[in-house]
Amino acid sequence: MEVASLKKDNLIIANKSFNSRLIVGTGKYKSMSECAKAIKLSGAEIVTVAVRRVNIVDKNKPLLMDYIDPKKITYLPNTAGCFNSKEALRTLRLAREIGGWKLVKLEVLGDKKNLFPEMIETLKSTEVLAKEGFKVMVYCNDDPLMAKRLENSGAEAIMPLAAPIGSGLGIQNKINIQIIRKQTKLPLIIDAGLGQASDATIAMELGCDGVLVNTAIAKAKKPFDMALAFKNAVIAGRQSYKSGRINKILMGKPSSPLKGVI
Amino acid sequence: MKKIKKIKIKVNGKVKYLMKDYQLSDLLKILKIPLKKVAIELNEEIIDKKNINKIKIKKNDKIEIVHFIGGG
Repeated sequence: MEVASLKKDNLIIANKSFNSRLIVGTGKYKSMSECAKAIKLSGAEIVTVAVRRVNIVDKNKPLLMDYIDPKKITYLPNTAGCFNSKEALRTLRLAREIGGWKLVKLEVLGDKKNLFPEMIETLKSTEVLAKEGFKVMVYCNDDPLMAKRLENSGAEAIMPLAAPIGSGLGIQNKINIQIIRKQTKLPLIIDAGLGQASDATIAMELGCDGVLVNTAIAKAKKPFDMALAFKNAVIAGRQSYKSGRINKILMGKPSSPLKGVI
Repeated sequence: MKKIKKIKIKVNGKVKYLMKDYQLSDLLKILKIPLKKVAIELNEEIIDKKNINKIKIKKNDKIEIVHFIGGG
């Protein structure tokens, strides 16, 4: 039998093909060079970036683009810090103007403490952005009904949270993630709340197409090692999912044959 | 000595005084900002970067210049 996991199994988003199913954030690192090295080790080909004011006072501040080449790594501009549709649209239109970015991550937050997505504003923004030709990957709640509505509004990828952003709690609602998986053919990417590499494996084993991680790598005691751990965890989870797990049973079943026992 | 006339504008929330008759492109040059890596908003309207040589900065203009930074 051929080994399926040795075959090409790329992540396709908006007709673009990626070898890696791990997307990483570029925030919270100690330095740009640390960030760049962690990305390299993670194998990620897509990184999220934020849109912010240029520092006009300190002109010698290093620029992200000097460390992470947007020609080699796909930049995914996000709308982090936006709390309504107007702010999010403004941010992504500016992101597009920087250099033609159309693939974007929409994230409209509703609460400063738990950072849960404001889904009404998110839905409104998705509709507008899709009409303007953006390819929108949408950060959302793990709510299958809302995921469906996003899909119908032109989302390019559904990105439900595992747990609150930066919480490190791991996937809290596996059932919902599985329901969303069953109902959508869009790329399903777990975004936010992962704490360790095994969380990524679980996400992939639930049938997700990818995971997005920032804090769990950037704030690990050893970010480079954790970047590598996440890379391997995503690959392991994907291969496990594709391999078709055994059924769960409540009793023991011996692994060694009983025939011929002395 | 004749006093040089300057106009007051805001760039990224900070007050700046500029010589009259400056174009948007002049401002970027002064600030040493690489055009390829930024987007510009003039009074909350996004500017097509191709046109920055043609846009004159006026008194009380609010200019936002943004770029990509690390984020999750």
